Parts: sequence; C-alpha cells; structure tokens
Amino acid sequence: METINAGLERELRDYVARPDEHARLRGIFERASPLMQEIAHHLIYGRKAEVDRLTRQALDEDYSPNVILDDGLIAGMAVVGIKFRDNLIFVPEVLIAARAMKAGLAHVEPILSASGIEPSGTVIMGTVKGDLHDIGKNLCIMMLRGAGFIVHDLGVDTKPEQFIEAVQRHQAPVVGMSALLTTTMPNMGRTIKAFEAAGLRSAIRFMVGGAAVTREFAAEIDADGYGKDAIACVELAKELTARSRRKL
Amino acid sequence: MTHPLLARLDAGETLISDGATGTYLQQHGLAPGGCPEEFNLTHPEVVREMAAAYFAAGSDMVLTNSFGGNVFRLRHYGYGDRVRELNRLGVAHARSVAPPGRFVVGSIGPTGEFLEPLGDVSVAEMAAVFAEQAEALEEGGADAILVETMISLEEATLAVRVARERTNCVVIATMVFDKGPRGYFTMMGNTPEQAARELLDAGAHVVGSNCGNGIAQMVEIARQLREATDAPLLIHSNAGIPRIREGQLLYPETPEMMAPFFLELEQVGINIIGGCCGTNPDHIRALAHTLNRDPVAG
Repeated sequence: METINAGLERELRDYVARPDEHARLRGIFERASPLMQEIAHHLIYGRKAEVDRLTRQALDEDYSPNVILDDGLIAGMAVVGIKFRDNLIFVPEVLIAARAMKAGLAHVEPILSASGIEPSGTVIMGTVKGDLHDIGKNLCIMMLRGAGFIVHDLGVDTKPEQFIEAVQRHQAPVVGMSALLTTTMPNMGRTIKAFEAAGLRSAIRFMVGGAAVTREFAAEIDADGYGKDAIACVELAKELTARSRRKL
Repeated sequence: MTHPLLARLDAGETLISDGATGTYLQQHGLAPGGCPEEFNLTHPEVVREMAAAYFAAGSDMVLTNSFGGNVFRLRHYGYGDRVRELNRLGVAHARSVAPPGRFVVGSIGPTGEFLEPLGDVSVAEMAAVFAEQAEALEEGGADAILVETMISLEEATLAVRVARERTNCVVIATMVFDKGPRGYFTMMGNTPEQAARELLDAGAHVVGSNCGNGIAQMVEIARQLREATDAPLLIHSNAGIPRIREGQLLYPETPEMMAPFFLELEQVGINIIGGCCGTNPDHIRALAHTLNRDPVAG
C-alpha cells in the first residue's frame, strides 16, 4: 500500500464527500504508485504537458498501459467527474482536464489496441440534424474515449441516414445523440424512427442528452437512456453496451 | 439624452417584452434546424406578422429575428457574407409594424465558439464578429441591443463592451443559469451575482436572465439578481422544459400557468418581463393582463 500524495489527499478531503466514493477512490490511490498518483493529480488540474511527459515516462519504465489507464488517467478523471457533478468545477475545468487526458491516452492507446485488449465498446456519437452545437457532445466523447470506448464522431448536423450508415459500417450497438436547441430535439425521435423504418431499431441502444433534454423526453421518443452530463454518459454507455451484449 | 426606454425604466415603469422567436417561426414554416435569419429574406411577411402579433398582445418591445445573426453561425448556412443585410432586415421588419412609442430590440445570441485558450477564437476576432452584428442592428434602426442566452460570461461581457463602444443603442445582457447542487450557475461556472456585476461593469444598462428551466426557477434567479444589484433587470422565461406529443414539441407552461409568476417577477422588482422558448403572443397577452396592462384595441 502506497502513501497517498498530499495533492490527492487534499482532493479527497476537500472534494470527495460521499463515503462510498471516498472509500473507492482512496482504495485506488493507495494501490497506485507515486508516479500514477502524480499523473492523476496533474490530470485533475488539466496540466497537459505534465500528463503527457509522465505517461511517456511510465511507459518507458514498463508500466502496463492498463495500469496507467486505471490508476493514473481514469482515477484522476473520476475526481474531475465528482467535482463537476457537485458544482465544484465547471465546463472549462473539465475541458482542460479532458485535454490532459487525451495527451496521456495518445501514448497508451496504440499499445492497448496493438495488444488486442477488448475496448469497452463502440459508440456512434453525433449532434442531430439541424443542430450545430457540439460542446456537450465533444465532452461526452472525450470522457467515453477516456473510459476505453471506441467512439466514431459524426460531428454536427447529422442526418438519420448518416447515423444508420455509421452503425452499419462500424457494427456499433450504441448510438449517442445530442441536441442543444429545443427546436432540433424532435430530430432525435425522428432518427430513432428512421432506424425503425430501416428494420434496425431492435439491434441498437440509443442514448440522448442536451441542455433541454430530460429523462421524460428520452422516454417519449423511445430512447434507451438519458445522460444529464458527460459523466453520466459514460455510465450509460457501459450499461447500454452490456444490455446489447446480453441481447446478442 | 436618456433613451426613452431607459427613461421609462427610470420612471419606475415595468415594461413588457415579447415571447419566443425561434419556436414561433417553426410553427410558421421554419424547418427544424433551418436558418431562422434566412426568414428575414425569404419570409418577410412571417417575421413582420410575428412582431405585429407581439405588439398587439401588449409588448412594449419586440426582439429582432437575428439571434444567430453572427458570421460564425450564418457561415454554416451559407450566409457568412450577408450578416449586415440579414440583421438590418430583421430590424426593419419589426420596425415596420411597431406602433409609435414601442421599441425594437436587436437580438445577439452566442457565437457558439469558445474564446482562447479554451477554444481557438481570439478576443479580437470575436469582438469583430459582435461589432459587425451590433453595427448592423443599429444601422437598421434598433433602439436597444439584447445580448442573450449567454453561457460564457467572458463572451457576454465582450459583446456588451463592443455594443457600447460601437453603437449608441441601449445595451441589455442576459445569461442562462442552471440549478445545480450548489445553486444557480452558468455552464461555465458563474453565479447570477457575478454575472450581473461583470455585465454592468462592462457597460450594460440592463442585465438579467433568459431561457432556463421554467418560470418557477426563473423567479428564484430573479430574486438572486435583485439582491445583487439595483440596476434594471430583464427576465425572459421559457415555457418550461419541452415534451414531445405526437411528434410535436409541446411546452408545458400555458399562459394561465405562467401568469401568477409574471406577477411575482414584477413584485420581485424585475423591470422588463417577457418570454423565451415556447412562449407565444397568448403568453404575452396573459402577461399584459396580469400587470393590468390590457392593450388598447387597434
């Protein structure tokens, strides 16, 4: 068991109030080496250059990419997620942390994929037709990639046919749709209808999100799940992936 | 000279603003995700009728159809080189049906871009974008400029500063606040108090909040803003979180449901009250009626 460094201790003490989360993260940090702890702490504060450098150093020191991912990058991101949910940090801080995460992932991912480790799942993501807003969707994508998902980003103004085409090409069981505008929210329902018309609905799990989207709205358009933010999106993607695997 | 709009606020009057533009246009032929500002060119009669309907319902001021009228947004629709024209037209349409003594307020929405270092747009670049739109709105004859639906305080204060420097319009600025576990914040983490202070420091004559999650929460935000400042305040509440009914968007808050809250907003000390997404001329009629301001026929 390692001593938890002062920075992470402060994070736990000041920001992780829920006993279950506190215990879980304490367990992870106690398992993590000083180097991994350092990566996690830099990631929480979005220090991209440090995360980049220390991730490379860890690989040079023969850390397994899985350990770097779990004990360094994902552990740090878990704290970011909690702070975001609890209004202690906001979108700018999360974006900056996500960028640091991406810098670390850039070193780890090629090794993971070369070693044939199964990804968490494959997700198609896009902002629906007519909507040009992608802040929330991009945050979700960063968090999903951070959690080991392969994400195919269709960008903004994505037409139903483009979602269908991407699902078929990538054999992805989960589709995430975003809409910021209340006026384009119905296009999420129309996209699901288009999958129905194409005979593909039953094979696909849809998750939706966006500023004015609610759980009730998701149910009304027959989506399979609603995520209120990027953190919830990752949990939802895991759940929907598991459900689609059970079904197959 | 004090602009008549500010003079009326100074005199203690509560002004009635208008309701939604985007949802109105969609009910009148705008395709979901279509370019609303394009309607200034292609469907001028719809835009004029909308303004006329709000004026008839009792609005003292009507917003122009120019929310997304900045080059960043218009570029997506192929109108990047017609920013001035679309904004000027937007003002002209509202002005053409404005009874004497009523105001036309030029709407400026967010650019959808992040400033550096979060995004890749420099302050100078974004200032130029706002300047182009604000100047066009003034050229078209707007009384005031409303910088609205802002989620980034940095972007909002920049727009306010530019509008004050480049035009003689009255400048109003409103932001969107969400309720989280620690209270109301913008998506970027600013409280209503911070927003009001910084927007006023940037030169806004009137500040406030718009859109949101329904009028009950808007009353809470209004109270917070009123405690933070003595400056004139504007609230444009949407008609709740939309639901889907038979493929159509339905906003749950009817004029009857919103009416008591309109009264509460006035009692809290809000100086300009109106609606956002999902509100229509009926909501404004209910607002005018609630404030004992039944419009005179004709």
